[in-house]
Amino acid sequence: MNLCEIGRELERRYDGLVRVVQENPDLVVEVAREKLLEVCRFLKDTPDFEFNFLIFITAVDRVDYLEVVYCLRSMSNFRQIMLKVQVPADNPEVPSLTGIWPAAGFDERETYDLLGVRFSGHPDLTRILLPDDWEGHPLRKSYPVDKRPVRTY
Amino acid sequence: MGVDDRWKGYHETDPGPLGNLLTKVADLPGGQVLVGAADALVDWGRKCSIWPLTFGLACCAIEMMSTGASRYDIDRFGSGVFRPSPRHADVMLVAGTITYKMAPRVRRLYEQMPAPKWVIAYGNCACSGGPFNTYSVVQGMDEIAPVDVYIPGCPPRPEALLYGLMKLQDKIMAESLTRKGVPVLEPVRDRQGA
Ligand code: SF4
Repeated sequence: MNLCEIGRELERRYDGLVRVVQENPDLVVEVAREKLLEVCRFLKDTPDFEFNFLIFITAVDRVDYLEVVYCLRSMSNFRQIMLKVQVPADNPEVPSLTGIWPAAGFDERETYDLLGVRFSGHPDLTRILLPDDWEGHPLRKSYPVDKRPVRTY
Repeated sequence: MGVDDRWKGYHETDPGPLGNLLTKVADLPGGQVLVGAADALVDWGRKCSIWPLTFGLACCAIEMMSTGASRYDIDRFGSGVFRPSPRHADVMLVAGTITYKMAPRVRRLYEQMPAPKWVIAYGNCACSGGPFNTYSVVQGMDEIAPVDVYIPGCPPRPEALLYGLMKLQDKIMAESLTRKGVPVLEPVRDRQGA
């Protein structure tokens, strides 16, 4: 089964909730927020797919909405796939993938830290790069470019 | 270009018993000669053993390590002894980007160093924030502590660090035990290179 067929298989299984947005050079699919966990588990556990390695998690601020991006890789079949989940900017919440790939923990903390996406079910969703008392999420478009923290020492 | 006086008077401490004694000696007939000789001796001792603190903050640290390796022989200037504790160190070699998260730690390390102490801002980032005018980067080491020598470059070559050390040695030689602090000098502008 090649990448295009994987995309079509996903579209068939999750009719209307998964949409292939790009096939070349990488397969990019848009997944509905409520189906994310199910799709990930399916991609990881199905013997033909075996996307057993989570490469990264990040997010993009599209002003009207946020787009959380997951990149998965199959170490046995040598291919990778990108998942995108759209979430509203005022309530950016997606389920955490830590139950499927424990490595998701750090990436989710980083995405939370810089873009303010909340990952429900994450065991310890705290800031990872910025100081704990930082205000705001600096990679959001709404964060003022010239805003600097107040130094107290 | 004027003098940067953000940290003016910051190091003005009591000259101490030796300094007070030398001030009295300087008033005696011929005392200036004695004080001058004592100053020269102490300054010479200090300038020949400027031990740096071992720490690097970003890519510039690679070049600093290269300076410390055998090819450039930093020991010629008595600065080869990178100290793991700020309490042993004389100069703080700030090599790299200072983030707001790191800044309190850098400041604390500076405060833990015993006087007399000096600071070299090594690289554009430590001089002025460099290419990173962003939410997380402090715009220069001089926002945290007084800087004695600025070395621009991204990263500066090891030769630049050696030259900066020589500039610091010149500055140390201008110090005196009888004065409070360091005399404020007009910044020296060099026409090295282009
Ligand atoms: S000045 Fe350049 S080389 Fe040095 S720390 Fe900054 S970015 Fe890195």
